[in-house]
Amino acid sequence: MASLSVSPAAVPPEALPAPREGVSSWPLIDRVCYWLCWVTGIGLCVIAVAIVAFMFVKGIAYLRPELFVKSPAASLRQTQSGGFLDPIIGTFIVTAIGTAVAAPVGIALGVWLSEYRSPRWLARVVGSSIEILAGVPSIVLALFGLLIVSKGFLSFLSQGSPQGSLGESFLCAGLFMALLAMPLIVAATYEALEQVPNRVREASFALGKTRATTIWRVLLPSIRPSMAGGVVLGMGRIIGDTAIVTVLLGLTIKNEPVGSTPLLGTLRGTGSTLTSYVYYNSPAGEGNSHEKAYAAAFVLLMVVLLLNALVTRITRGREPGRRPRWYGLTGLVGRLGWTR
Amino acid sequence: MAAAPASQLRPELAAAVRTDKRAELLLGALAFGAFALIAFMVVTVVVKAWPSFSYNGLNWFGSGGDVSTELRVMREGTPLPGHGLAYFRAWPLIWGTVVTTVVAVVLALVISTLAAVFLTEFAPTRARRAVEPVVRLLAGVPSVIYGLIGILALAPWINEHLISNSRKQSVIYVVQLNGANLTTASLILTVMILPIMIALTANALQSVPDSWREGSAALGVNRWRTIWRVSLRTAWPAIAAATVLATARALGEAVMLAMVAGGTAFAANPLDGLTFFFEPVRPLAAMIFQESEGLTIATLSHTIYAMAAVLLLSATMLSFAGWAAKQPMKRYGVRA
Amino acid sequence: MPPPIRRIVVDREPTVADPAATTNGGGASAAVAHARSRRPAPTPTAIKERMLLESVWLAYGSNWVVRDVSISVRQGEVLALIGASGSGKTTLLRSLNRLTEVTEGAARSGRITLDGTDIHALEVNELRRRVTMVFQQPNPFPMSIFDNVAYALVERTGRRRRRRTPEIDEAVADALRRAGLYEEVAGDLDRSALALSGGQQQRLCIARALAARPEVLLLDEPCSALDPISTATIEELIVQLRETIAIVIVTHNLQQAFRVADEVAFMHLGELVEYGGSEQVFDRPRQQRTRDYIRGAFG
Repeated sequence: MASLSVSPAAVPPEALPAPREGVSSWPLIDRVCYWLCWVTGIGLCVIAVAIVAFMFVKGIAYLRPELFVKSPAASLRQTQSGGFLDPIIGTFIVTAIGTAVAAPVGIALGVWLSEYRSPRWLARVVGSSIEILAGVPSIVLALFGLLIVSKGFLSFLSQGSPQGSLGESFLCAGLFMALLAMPLIVAATYEALEQVPNRVREASFALGKTRATTIWRVLLPSIRPSMAGGVVLGMGRIIGDTAIVTVLLGLTIKNEPVGSTPLLGTLRGTGSTLTSYVYYNSPAGEGNSHEKAYAAAFVLLMVVLLLNALVTRITRGREPGRRPRWYGLTGLVGRLGWTR
Repeated sequence: MAAAPASQLRPELAAAVRTDKRAELLLGALAFGAFALIAFMVVTVVVKAWPSFSYNGLNWFGSGGDVSTELRVMREGTPLPGHGLAYFRAWPLIWGTVVTTVVAVVLALVISTLAAVFLTEFAPTRARRAVEPVVRLLAGVPSVIYGLIGILALAPWINEHLISNSRKQSVIYVVQLNGANLTTASLILTVMILPIMIALTANALQSVPDSWREGSAALGVNRWRTIWRVSLRTAWPAIAAATVLATARALGEAVMLAMVAGGTAFAANPLDGLTFFFEPVRPLAAMIFQESEGLTIATLSHTIYAMAAVLLLSATMLSFAGWAAKQPMKRYGVRA
Repeated sequence: MPPPIRRIVVDREPTVADPAATTNGGGASAAVAHARSRRPAPTPTAIKERMLLESVWLAYGSNWVVRDVSISVRQGEVLALIGASGSGKTTLLRSLNRLTEVTEGAARSGRITLDGTDIHALEVNELRRRVTMVFQQPNPFPMSIFDNVAYALVERTGRRRRRRTPEIDEAVADALRRAGLYEEVAGDLDRSALALSGGQQQRLCIARALAARPEVLLLDEPCSALDPISTATIEELIVQLRETIAIVIVTHNLQQAFRVADEVAFMHLGELVEYGGSEQVFDRPRQQRTRDYIRGAFG
């Protein structure tokens, strides 16, 4: 049989890179649109950089190390009004509670929607409910929370009062923060599970494993990056929220525990978070100490940026994607509910 | 594979099957619980809001008085002459919500379409991978920080440079103009809703089959015209869905608008001409946020829950609208 | 010897055919003679050189995909590029209307001219209007049939034009006729193009390409996704169109090349192994590799 290889007959010459389509020959209106697109793209980056740079400059100017370790104190003078240790602790507690509740429940719901989803009507209804929940404003969730926790049976969550309970504590706030993060976690888990090819499940079933075992031991471990990404997105949303904190946390300057049990007392007590601290110190709140507001806002922004970088890192995956994935930004409309 | 009754299987297998069934029931119950909770939320908020609606009837949405006065009345417990304690006319709030949302969404629609086209078509390849973090950054910035920048940087600038003294004088008997107004609020709101719109639009544009774009290029149609006639035409349902989603987001924004939109619940008057854009407004969510301390007083709390009910029902309707908007894309089998 | 040609029993009489088509007996040589007789030889005076490739080299990144190819594309003739997968024939085709530029890292060397002008000196969209392409998978736009065919016409100047001017109506109808689709769709031109069958969609793509009156038509395996009846229809189309348009077709299917081509270029691993009239290449190939390929020794 004749050899299939090519004899190196000729030497390749100097290559000219192929020119890309130039814009100068387009009609005027097309050129205008082209340049508008460029302006918008660059303008977007400029705005983002401007926001970060502005907060950076102002924040660094007013940030002092002792702000991190001193508790806030009520005072009209900025030098004596203390730092934001309590708000930082407050943010941490609220995020921890919110994530701790939202993550298992969200993952479980995502698993149910993807793997079980029977009866059909329930799957569609639950999917639609989660989509609706994703769109509900956080202030409405806060008001709903207040309705529930001030009734008698949940009064252990916060300080008691003659009518039931005040409904303002870390536990209350954390619980309803979970509602904020949950749709993101459900969507992340659901989408990741839908991507897992069926042959993985079939292989596990063929080995005699039940569905629960398959999910727990095979599917969930394989989608860890996506689940982690969803959880971090949820955390980001919790950290950035002010509305639920304002209604359900009591907004005392320092974290005031209720009762004498060490951990439970703090959790049942009131306090503040970085977001409410920034609001309080801004001209819209009462503190009117914008230096503290800038400093705290800077810290808040850095935390959020860090979380964002984490999400991008986690969800980028192994292959350098040619198309950006817009993880978490594309919303839930039509992904879970009636469109399936 | 028929399911054998548990009793006929080996012990460890039977245990696994029992666990499986329990897991299925548990998860199903959890799912039902999630649905029940959300349904319960809608019901309780509407029930708590009902007294305010039943007293005012449909006029709740109308105009006829100053919102701040009506709320103060409820706080103090002294009714206005001729009206009950629960008297409330929400029109200035609704109008404020509508105006800020419409302006922000329209601006964001134009800007996000151009930006998405830039991202998917004209940007150099390496730049595209760098833009996702930029857009995610804009999406992740908390509302308070947008509000802070607005109230401490943008609002004073607008107050100084865009609102002349004569303009302030012209409406001084009705309302006071300062940097916290419709324009500031809408501009910042636009930036806040841009990321979701860009993400959805870019996703949709990328989902347009390459074969169509290649076919158009092979016919000698330049890149912009290809996008305009083929890609955008295919992707418009996704853009409509993005708009709906962005509207829901804009409706729900409370904190930033509370800081930046204006000091009074004023119904900005379009007949004022250009001054209309510099008048203060107060959207619904911002109002709820401001009044959230007064929830212990009965009539005030009913009114606030009424506002919350309006927001909740709007969010629900927008959710369905968004789903409906995406339907036409299924015709082409394009999944975006 | 060219491979034996299987006879396809079609439901209707082919329009460009010897009415005394044999359906029984004959054997290979008779079938071959019959197939050749179906195709009228090109009239010599109608042949006009349209495009000329001189020492064309094409690369993606550092990988030379096409090496030193020199061929000419003439109106009045159908040029078939044949070869195994990876032989560079599709890349060569795409370089004719500069579609290779869309890929990052594409590089070239050599000269390609259209009517004497270097194609890289022309504005790219102008070039693509004169040299249009039909792809392997039919790709009609999600618009009506009329809008699909009128697409290139309407975008020609970029100015806003009323879609339904009489000239455009006439041009659309003419293009559909030349593509052999007019009778089937004339009743309702506003139907969505996606509702047509595969063969109809491909003919619609051909009509769309013809609407702007190109000088050269490039076909990238146009029938590989179609059933035999649609394939036969499109092959007849190609033979009819060659009078007015220079046609270059890339095909995997040797029988198809044999049926439609007047000139054949056989490529292997980027090199042009054999180039000549189709009778010569198929009956009396000069290169051993060509002989092996045609015999089916590799593919």
